[in-house]
Amino acid sequence: MSNWVEACTSDDIDEEDVMRFDHAGKTFAIYRSPDDEFFATDGLCTHEHIHLADGLVMDEIIECPKHNGRFNYKTGEAKGAPVCINLKTYPVKIEAGKILIQLG
Amino acid sequence: MVIIGAGECGVRAAFALRENGYDGPVTLIGSEKHLPYERPPLSKAAIVSEDHPAPRTIAALSLFNETNIDFIGSSTATSIDRGEKSVALEDGRKIPYERLLFATGASPRPLPLAAGSKHCTTLRSFEDALAIRARFQPGARIVIVGGGFIGLELAASARKRGASVTVIEAQSRIMMRGVPEEIAKVIDTRHRDEGVTILCDTGIVSFADSAENVAITLSTGNVIVADLAIIGIGATPVTALAEASSLETGNGIVVNDWLQTSDPNIYAAGDCCIFPLAVYGGRRVRLEAWRNAQEQGTLAARNMLGAQEPHQSVPWFWSDQYELGLQVAGLSDEGTQTIRRDLGDGAFILFHLAADGRLIAASGIGPGNSVAKDIRLAEMLIARGARPDSHQLATADVKLKSLLAA
Repeated sequence: MSNWVEACTSDDIDEEDVMRFDHAGKTFAIYRSPDDEFFATDGLCTHEHIHLADGLVMDEIIECPKHNGRFNYKTGEAKGAPVCINLKTYPVKIEAGKILIQLG
Repeated sequence: MVIIGAGECGVRAAFALRENGYDGPVTLIGSEKHLPYERPPLSKAAIVSEDHPAPRTIAALSLFNETNIDFIGSSTATSIDRGEKSVALEDGRKIPYERLLFATGASPRPLPLAAGSKHCTTLRSFEDALAIRARFQPGARIVIVGGGFIGLELAASARKRGASVTVIEAQSRIMMRGVPEEIAKVIDTRHRDEGVTILCDTGIVSFADSAENVAITLSTGNVIVADLAIIGIGATPVTALAEASSLETGNGIVVNDWLQTSDPNIYAAGDCCIFPLAVYGGRRVRLEAWRNAQEQGTLAARNMLGAQEPHQSVPWFWSDQYELGLQVAGLSDEGTQTIRRDLGDGAFILFHLAADGRLIAASGIGPGNSVAKDIRLAEMLIARGARPDSHQLATADVKLKSLLAA
């Protein structure tokens, strides 16, 4: 099953930044890396369910805006205290300037 | 390795010892019966959550077991033999150490006038939070003594649960310590919109208990009746054991750049220590902040293993009240010039510059975490001693990240 959902356009996110995307009662975070690739993860930090889209992107790291929990947004890997649970990631593709993420 | 105090700082230190490759014995001594838990929610989520709250543990028991950290709860260290290098517990046990860490934190500053009142309390532990939660009922009259973070967060939580609230502040405005007036004003207005009464420049003359409540006589002559009064007038470092062990103490356990006390085998970190803050030219400070507790716990662990690294972080703290999020990086009291950047939706950042143009602090407030990204970037600018252009700081279209690259 391949449930691709349009999240935004490539112009909606600056390089090395993140935006929030809500869909079907769930919230996601869409990232644009410094080398202009796009990625998607669950939108809430695994520590205290804070929206990661308010956080800072540095290289391949997203930092939670509240407690500085860090994740690699490309792999979802938690990078140390206070977060210890990895972030779920989703496949992303670009079609005609539109960013699509695969939810199912 | 022995750590006294199982709050954020002590726990972080214990895990950091393992993360840095130490495989000898690690003992973590905590006075509470719970597994170590996070304190920031105690004034907020633990009070307002609909479900009956449980302590939010810092790490699961399985993690302590897997990493072979010996957590001893419900226990107090009663003395230290610095010659023999051992810690005595109240049950008579003696635990030898190679290096010892004080992570004893701070405890609420008592108000002597309130000492005899059974309707007065403070907030420090999860049990305190449960007791306060039980009293925050619709129609209950709550008085909060002290307009600092804890008091104001509790005021917001009390309103959410339908209690009426009066905040009594001795100084001329709320959050006098560490928060600029422009930001304090936003929070003050928000509380008043919510129906909170805030009385500044107001002292307390007496507390008089009846069976049901307490009558508080103010310096203005007015009397307020409270079903519960919460004293939130700051915290004092827990230093009794350090003093009894003849370690140097002042407003906290005195440590050097490496968080080492006057005994080279003993370290102190977090709320209990007074340390030289490198980013402010070695000014000695004591911080009561969650992130500082984590960072110093981690650093103390590394230095207990011989790293000899100085503490170099920029202080950072936050407060959540209603939908508003406040964040501060750095110590704004050293600023001579303030630049404001408006982010929309009522959110704004104040940048505090020193006389020589260096950015030394940034304070922000706005809905949710709307100021978080910019405060984090400001923190990085502060850490590197940047002298950003004040016009660029004031212009929201100029991304702070671009100043970092410059």
